[in-house]
Amino acid sequence: MDSRCEFAPIAAMSAAMVPRPYVVARRWNETADTFTFELRPARDVRPDAPPAATAAAFRPGQFNMLYAFGVGEVPISISGDPADGERLIHTVRTVGAVTRYLGALGPGDPVGVRGPFGSAWPVDDAEGRDLVLVAGGIGLPPLRPVLYQVLARRERFGRVALLYGARRPAEMVFVDELRSWRSRLDLDVEVTVDRATESWKGSVGFVTTLVRRAPIDPAEAIAMVCGPELMMRFAALELLKRGVADRRVHVSMERNMKCGVGLCGHCQFGPSFVCRDGPVYPFADVKDLLQVAEV
Amino acid sequence: MMRDMTALLSASPVFAGLDTDQLDFIAGCGWNVHFNAGDTIFKFGEPADRFFVLRGGDVSIEIRLAGGPARRIETLGEGEVLGWSWLFPPYTWQFDARAMSGVRATAFDGSCLRDKCENDPGLGYELMKRFAGIVATRLQATRLQLLDLYGQPL
Amino acid sequence: MRDPVWLEGDAPERLVDALAARGYRVVAPRVEADTLVLAEVGSGTELPRGWSDEAAPGRYRLVHAEGDALLATERFGFRVGAHSYKRFLHPPEARLFTARRGSPGGMHVDAEPGSDRPLALLGVRPCDLAAIGVQDRVLLNGPHVDDVYAAHREAAFVVAVECTRPGATCFCASMGTGPGIEDDDETVSGADVVLTEIVDAGRSGFVARAASQRGAALLDTLEARPASESERSQRTAKVAHAARSMERSLDRDGARAALAQGPELPLFAEIAERCLACANCTLVCPTCFCTTVVDTTDLQGRVAERTRHWDSCFGIEFSYLHGGSVRQSVSARYRQWLTHKLSSWFDQFGEAGCVGCGRCIAWCPVGIDITQEAAIAVDQQREAAAKAQREPSRRGPPVRGARP
Repeated sequence: MDSRCEFAPIAAMSAAMVPRPYVVARRWNETADTFTFELRPARDVRPDAPPAATAAAFRPGQFNMLYAFGVGEVPISISGDPADGERLIHTVRTVGAVTRYLGALGPGDPVGVRGPFGSAWPVDDAEGRDLVLVAGGIGLPPLRPVLYQVLARRERFGRVALLYGARRPAEMVFVDELRSWRSRLDLDVEVTVDRATESWKGSVGFVTTLVRRAPIDPAEAIAMVCGPELMMRFAALELLKRGVADRRVHVSMERNMKCGVGLCGHCQFGPSFVCRDGPVYPFADVKDLLQVAEV
Repeated sequence: MMRDMTALLSASPVFAGLDTDQLDFIAGCGWNVHFNAGDTIFKFGEPADRFFVLRGGDVSIEIRLAGGPARRIETLGEGEVLGWSWLFPPYTWQFDARAMSGVRATAFDGSCLRDKCENDPGLGYELMKRFAGIVATRLQATRLQLLDLYGQPL
Repeated sequence: MRDPVWLEGDAPERLVDALAARGYRVVAPRVEADTLVLAEVGSGTELPRGWSDEAAPGRYRLVHAEGDALLATERFGFRVGAHSYKRFLHPPEARLFTARRGSPGGMHVDAEPGSDRPLALLGVRPCDLAAIGVQDRVLLNGPHVDDVYAAHREAAFVVAVECTRPGATCFCASMGTGPGIEDDDETVSGADVVLTEIVDAGRSGFVARAASQRGAALLDTLEARPASESERSQRTAKVAHAARSMERSLDRDGARAALAQGPELPLFAEIAERCLACANCTLVCPTCFCTTVVDTTDLQGRVAERTRHWDSCFGIEFSYLHGGSVRQSVSARYRQWLTHKLSSWFDQFGEAGCVGCGRCIAWCPVGIDITQEAAIAVDQQREAAAKAQREPSRRGPPVRGARP
């Protein structure tokens, strides 16, 4: 027997760690520091190229790792319609080097995409019940896919309310859509701002006050809350005060992410990996951890 | 009419848990009011001798700084209590309140209730607990507003 | 396992030659500049001879058995140095992909190709063998597989060496990972060949056991005779003695429960007085797996790379989130490491993350001892629970400065 053994070539990097090339199809500003862009899979023109990536089907609440060439990656929630298999839509706030780079891209420019990753908002569990979506600031984009899914089969849900808190009137996202949602008779949309301008005719105050007044039956309702951690904590507690069960309130957590697939260790929040066990959690599962500083 | 008022009161969270006698007394201090959009409900500096439980419509809490237009700080809606300055010295309004839409509310005679509370500490304690809770909730919400959580990270 | 055979003192040389002949890259301990390292070796003669080590909190020294004729022949007298086999299976640096901006305006991303020479790891102590198993379950068993690890781990040949003399910082016995290696129906050790060195006046050599098919095949080519009854019982006795004479121990289940219940134990604030957040412990720990990524481009912005590097939860930027880090204080970062290693790891992977190798104790510059901290955690949690029973209305830790 030949003492030299035959070894199969050892596996190379899998798709989960390597960005798929997409291109920016359209982009527009939502506010002074927030933009939305629509991505489509790039056609790879090399002769030995693998077949074009399809916009991977995603569930509401999931995120992609978006790669800015040579700069880095950021986890960004998908904010488009899960039923749309052609376009990948993300709403991004420019807060650092990678998001600023992405914000400067125009139609035709490349973006790398890894994902979709993470857990999803439990839209199916809300069928037959009242549903309240509570969004604070940049927390509205990750909830928009829920609204799209719900409106596509509206008759399956009870009362549906969207409560949106923004900093100022000029810093609201999806303004046109909000207007059209507001005009629907089968949707309660309440918007409040922290600071009003003279022309603002709507509510003023923190979004927790909208939770107190929300037109839902708390006993059977499901709530989905998204925004800065402190805002989610107070909004969730307000929902519990109204009688919504803590297993039926869901929040979307955020932590530092490098891989997005549960291997780099950065996103640990207590014993869970936010990229894999989250980002969507029942509030009951994170309530105690949220009370501990620096977890 | 009194019975209706008492029934209304016992359904409101701010009066929940009070006994019938207490509710009857408070009901006796209350009357229904209505404001049109734009009406001033109370103004900064005026004697604070009333409070309201809002039954419909939106109210804006505002302050007019020197020379400028009114700055809206907060809005209140159905089911919320408007006004606590009747309970604490100097018993004058610290802000303006204006109806943003047609507003229906139940108004209560604050100075009458205050006198009663001085003589009936039991009722006084019950009302103080409830209004302290309202002030605490408003303070928490105001703090969250102040934190400017949606602002750019520092 | 198959029946034990006996190998003479030149077993390392013969094993290295046999593995190299089969195309393996052999990694083994070496002494370089008075330091114990793990490195690729071309011949078994490169392995140490007559070296032992002394470890204590914040201290590690290699010691040579100069005068002692017998111990000078020992090949595996040392326990573990700063290096662990994760250097090779989960490398400190690895390129993940190269991206190119093509024309017109497109971007192509090429994954890093794999390699085709598998590793043979020689001299793997039971704690390190357990650590490899722990990393297998972290990096291979999740919904996403770590391809870099899988590539190096696949087909890696493991020659393990049991311990007969525990070091002062060792506590593998209490963690259930050593000092011996057995295979039974329940547990598969992960080794291919297990050696136990016997050095005494009568004879010096190795009891060798095959723990896998290819381990058996390799031993067969060495044409060794079966181990005698006395050689086998010497092996058993030495390993049992090592287990009994271990100085340190860690209450694995007690620590797990205490750390799960008490994120506000006083020990975390206390340890911040000593811990420097230098990350030595995570560097030497054979199970720590955290990594970060670095993205770079060439000067023209045409070619970009992403490389992956070891990272540590002790770094302030590890938990950075827009605006600041979640874990700013050293006490929060120490709490993260200790709680993860001894408690959360159970929730995540069904076992402890610590294998009792003791490296963190020796390589901590201020000598923090994980076994001691675990015991303190158990005591403090017990005290907190008793207090909560006596004063049920008080929730949380006492306010500083309050009356006792």
